[in-house]
Amino acid sequence: MRRRRWLASAVGWPLVLQLRPAQATPEALAAAIRSFTGGTPLREGKLRIEVATLVDNGNTVPVSVRVPGAAPAEVAAIALFNERNPQSDVARFHFGPRAGLRTVSTRIRLATSQQLVAVARLADGSCWVQRVDVVVTLAACIE
Amino acid sequence: MRFRALLLTGLVAPALASAQPPGEGRRSGFDFMGASTQAMQRDDALNPGMLWVLEGEQLWNRPVGAAGRSCASCHGNARESMRGVAARHPAFDHVLQRPADLRQRIASCRQRQLPVLPMPGEEQAQLSLEAFVGLQSRGLPLAPPPDMRLEPYRERGRALFEQRIGQLDLSCADCHDQQAGRRLGGSPIPQGHTTGYPIYRLEWQGLGSLQRRLRACMSGVRAEPLAWGSPELVELELYLAWRARGMPVETPAVRP
Amino acid sequence: MARTLIQAPSSVRRGDSFSLRVLLQHPMESGFRVGVDGQVLPRDIVRRFACSYNGERVVEVELFPAVSANPYLEFSAQATDSGTLSFEWEGDHGFVHREQRTITVT
Repeated sequence: MRRRRWLASAVGWPLVLQLRPAQATPEALAAAIRSFTGGTPLREGKLRIEVATLVDNGNTVPVSVRVPGAAPAEVAAIALFNERNPQSDVARFHFGPRAGLRTVSTRIRLATSQQLVAVARLADGSCWVQRVDVVVTLAACIE
Repeated sequence: MRFRALLLTGLVAPALASAQPPGEGRRSGFDFMGASTQAMQRDDALNPGMLWVLEGEQLWNRPVGAAGRSCASCHGNARESMRGVAARHPAFDHVLQRPADLRQRIASCRQRQLPVLPMPGEEQAQLSLEAFVGLQSRGLPLAPPPDMRLEPYRERGRALFEQRIGQLDLSCADCHDQQAGRRLGGSPIPQGHTTGYPIYRLEWQGLGSLQRRLRACMSGVRAEPLAWGSPELVELELYLAWRARGMPVETPAVRP
Repeated sequence: MARTLIQAPSSVRRGDSFSLRVLLQHPMESGFRVGVDGQVLPRDIVRRFACSYNGERVVEVELFPAVSANPYLEFSAQATDSGTLSFEWEGDHGFVHREQRTITVT
């Protein structure tokens, strides 16, 4: 009797047993951020991430990051991280002496709905963070 | 010569004249996209499809084959000679004696005139040429030729569009006529107007043809996709071009 | 020959910040996708991009598999003297591609 009930509950199981590709864990995300900040604690502010809240397709998500809260010369580097892709790193921009405004854009892959994290490292060593939640739906027709 | 042939075939097809005037409630797939994807299409510096257009321009000018001829050898500057060509395809091909889409027209011309045999792995080259020629019609209204010889094929295309197929038992019309504007999964269902092909599809992360999109959609309803280059696919393309007549060409479009 | 689209102004005013936009044709195969045969498609990405202006660095970018295919990058440079902007992409399997553009500063 118990086994029958257990088997009946197994109807939904194939979805749970489905193999999923490796996902970044919160520890992996923290480690990736740490490798960029060198362990400097993150402070909220100074950055702005521009990304659609509901993306058309997770394969190609346009993202821009600006640092309106700091003069260009103050910003040494900007890095983008994600919460749920197999790897936490997305891109890291290191500015040189000929860099202008610290506004960067790229197009990224987001495997699923998740949080996007941007970190700016300033010349004075401080690190600033902004996080944005992005909704990603799977395409109805894959291929 | 061609003009006389056109006169003989009749310049106005009665079946076309009786249909709903173009522009009534029709919207391009562009309107169903988010702002950032629209921006990607609008700006040639942002549009990844332009990478293939650049390739196409190079191929247009590159001499090939024993005779060392290029498309430019006969057609000169594509900006002038190819203007409006993509907007008029599919068209009745006098050599094949049936409708042919732009890709088939380009391949046929290259085989006969350059001449050069189609090679395996030429997919990207074909697409690049198609994108380059397509670009020369950008902004022009889709203008399916009023050629009576196309009528029976177009009607077959319409029948295909309205036929339920696959395990999901859906026709193109079921989603793209009846349910356009609503959502399938998280994605808006567009009206399915073929104004921007070949498109840079974000799902493909590359440029692809209308045939690829149609086959993908057929797989999506779990139907056996029509074979590449099959007459049925061209008939469907023919009907779709008529269905989108008057709408501006957007090649190379960006789509989710 | 990898295809690129580079948008750089031909002339700028001294002291102005100007935007540079680059697009490279590249599959950016992530190394996480599985092919039709069930085998993982090997990773093939651009790992590094650098832009220099008269030999001095504007920006250096580390790219990871999460960057989309046909990678697009936008950044800004500060106009100093007329000269050359150079762009370099480097990646897996010995991939290297370089481009240059001249810039006039008025």
